[in-house]
Amino acid sequence: MTEAAFVYLSVVAVVSGLAVVLLRSPIHCALALVLTVFHVTGMLVIMGSGFLAVLNVLVYAGAIIVLFLFTMMLLSLHQHEETRYLHRYQTWLGIPLGALLLIEAVWVAAAQPNPSGDQLGRYSPEAIDAAGGSAIAAADVIFSQYALPFEVAGVLLMAASIAGLVLARRASDEEEIEEEVDPVTDAAGAEYVAALEGDSHGGAH
Amino acid sequence: MTLPLSAFLIVGAILFSLGAVGVLIRRNIIVVFLSVELMLQGAILNLGAFAVYNYDLAGYMLVLLTLTIAAAEAVVGLAILVALSRQISGFFVDRLQSLRG
Repeated sequence: MTEAAFVYLSVVAVVSGLAVVLLRSPIHCALALVLTVFHVTGMLVIMGSGFLAVLNVLVYAGAIIVLFLFTMMLLSLHQHEETRYLHRYQTWLGIPLGALLLIEAVWVAAAQPNPSGDQLGRYSPEAIDAAGGSAIAAADVIFSQYALPFEVAGVLLMAASIAGLVLARRASDEEEIEEEVDPVTDAAGAEYVAALEGDSHGGAH
Repeated sequence: MTLPLSAFLIVGAILFSLGAVGVLIRRNIIVVFLSVELMLQGAILNLGAFAVYNYDLAGYMLVLLTLTIAAAEAVVGLAILVALSRQISGFFVDRLQSLRG
């Protein structure tokens, strides 16, 4: 049963990953990535870590891809679909390099044995069940042993939100500056034209 | 659990390689970002599998950090893209040549 679920999840995840890379329209790519995220989440579920599964769906499908889709629809990207969507020369270099990376990574991954003996930590599936689930076990670890990395993640999120604010604000400020500058140059230009006209009038008289 | 650790690692490796190919061959900037997210999904699958099979929940903290970084990257990248959309027409990687890359 678990094996059948794993085969289904992995095949759909890889096929929709291919769709992300190969589909023409960016919106279709984003929707294919949603499919990949859900199937990776399913694999996290059959591994037995419901905490990571919930986190993955909430953050990826719920926040990040929705942000991508909002941006795409606000910037109306569908106008540019008809042009070339792959690099001309880089494709013929990129695909062999990617295949090389794939062979190398799959080779290393397939040679990885199941950990056993004294490599194992103390959070076995039985211990996690006894603690009351993977979220409680994760909270045990995150808020005691890894409290500092957790705070660093919070600071990173705050820095990113400030950065987004600053980037969005600076663009509108520049527009305001341009709008302020334009009347000045217009006024100077009007004076210049008036002076020229005065000269020409003076010359004519 | 009957599935070996390497089964999950192979799927993670395939997703990561697909994302890397997408970053290399696509012209659209947003699809390049989406390919980076695909690579991060492969990384998350690997980290979760190692955490579960090693009985060690340090991997959970690493997944949390990875999700944070993915969110931060999406926010900053898309904000740059929105600011850039006033200057270029068409979001293609090879149109961004002001640094002579």
